[in-house]
Amino acid sequence: MAEVTETQLPGVGVRHEFATSTGERVAVLSHRTGRREIAVYERSDPDACTTVLHLSVDDSRTLSELLGGNPISETVASIQRLEGVAIDWIRVRRDARQAGTTIGDGRLRTRTGATVVAVVRGNETLAAPGPEVGIESEDLVVAVGTSDGLQQLRELLEA
Amino acid sequence: MTLIVGATSNDAALAFIEIGAVVLALSILARIAARLGITAIPLYLLAGLAVGNGGIAPLDVSSDFIHLAGEIGVLLLLLTLGLEYSAAELRQGLRTGVRPGVVDAVANFTPGFAIGMVLGWAPVTAVLLGGVCWVSSSGVASKLLSDLDRLGNKETPGVLNLLVIEDLAMAVYLPVVGALIVGSGASKTIATVALALAAVGVILVVALRWGDRLSALLSPASDEALLLSIFGLTLLVGGLAQQVQVSAAIGAFLVGLALSGSVQARASTVIGPLRDLFAATFFLVFSFSIHPGDLPDVLIPALLLAVVGIAGKLLAGWVAARPVTSGTRGRVRAGTALIARGEFSIVIAALGAKTTDGAHLGALAAAYVLITAIVGPFAAKYADRLTTLLPGGGGR
Repeated sequence: MAEVTETQLPGVGVRHEFATSTGERVAVLSHRTGRREIAVYERSDPDACTTVLHLSVDDSRTLSELLGGNPISETVASIQRLEGVAIDWIRVRRDARQAGTTIGDGRLRTRTGATVVAVVRGNETLAAPGPEVGIESEDLVVAVGTSDGLQQLRELLEA
Repeated sequence: MTLIVGATSNDAALAFIEIGAVVLALSILARIAARLGITAIPLYLLAGLAVGNGGIAPLDVSSDFIHLAGEIGVLLLLLTLGLEYSAAELRQGLRTGVRPGVVDAVANFTPGFAIGMVLGWAPVTAVLLGGVCWVSSSGVASKLLSDLDRLGNKETPGVLNLLVIEDLAMAVYLPVVGALIVGSGASKTIATVALALAAVGVILVVALRWGDRLSALLSPASDEALLLSIFGLTLLVGGLAQQVQVSAAIGAFLVGLALSGSVQARASTVIGPLRDLFAATFFLVFSFSIHPGDLPDVLIPALLLAVVGIAGKLLAGWVAARPVTSGTRGRVRAGTALIARGEFSIVIAALGAKTTDGAHLGALAAAYVLITAIVGPFAAKYADRLTTLLPGGGGR
């Protein structure tokens, strides 16, 4: 899973963006109203984008179903409506000390307050992992917590 | 007042006819504005100028009602401006947007203030003119970004954060000028300013810390009950604020800021249509009070300020977008989205209507908003072409 950057758009909603494997950069805009937009950034002007699709709440559900709906995205959408709760995608560094241990061994939640909601390894997604699930280098860890807690977790997984 | 339903009162019938005609006229203007892709505010102002002050359609019976509706319009307008951003967004704005906010304030407030002083106006009125020139229309900006499909653009968070900062700055600016307007004697003015600032401080802290609880109190209500309680709360707080010499408009703005969470979103939805109706009346009533004879006098300063104001917003947009963009085009686009001034500017001018030179301020503000609100959307639309005109332009 590619790294997803999240940007708050005050008064509008939130924007998630990532680069596709072919190098195209894509943004998904989630309006507060539930409306979504899918936009693709232009190569000539990387700051500008062309909106490809305007989606109603229903449309986005249909589209995500067709694309093989993922439990994570559902979680993300519901979490973003809570104030003070953030979600982050953290790539475990190749030489990270946590790599090779389990979530329980690392006492990640105790130390950071952040909860790992999924571990993505290659094409495989381990949703809602228990403490026995291991963390390997290069895994993508999806975690929920306060922004401070997530920062601490990021430091742990990237150290 | 007796109930008019089923009554034979002639006055009521006349009032209905007048109000109906006015609102229908406004609806036509709103349609034209939507067709042109601009905000309806300049058209409302033009309409008010055309028919106001003994113009073609003097209102007799409904005059009082229209004026009261206009007053309610300001309150609802400021309530929704306060409602626009959640507590989290305000906090985020404070973290990231202070630097561009300062550039924006300096570049856009100063020219207005200076011109006011040059014109020989009272210092308070000059401060108000500074405010008129300062604040972008968040309504126009967010509509432009969404209509032009630029919400995904890299510069957009910079633009929106700047609007948040302006909103917060208004929370301080409005009470201060409110106090300055009332102020009689230095010590009393300082006391009023201090009182106003303290009130704002308390409300902001309450909103940022415990906004959730206030919202929780209101949130179980049905839409109907929510509409009534927010409308009532706004008028009540506004009235009380007016009683203690803080403008009612400011009270309403603070009510909007204090509401957050899920109630905030619902409140904007339920109050929106009511706001549109009353705010349109406000713009109309505001321009009723402008003497068309004052306009030629203010035309030159208005044009001058508009040119400087456009440059000022281009600069502010540039600074706001700089950290998040990689090229000049995005930074220019950011500035153009901010050019249009609108609702805040007119509210500020209306606050100063009773000051010395208030009449000139009103006329100047109307002309200024007219120019910038028309230029802004076009500049935003053709921003990328504008960039090619820049020195060394055409690049990214």
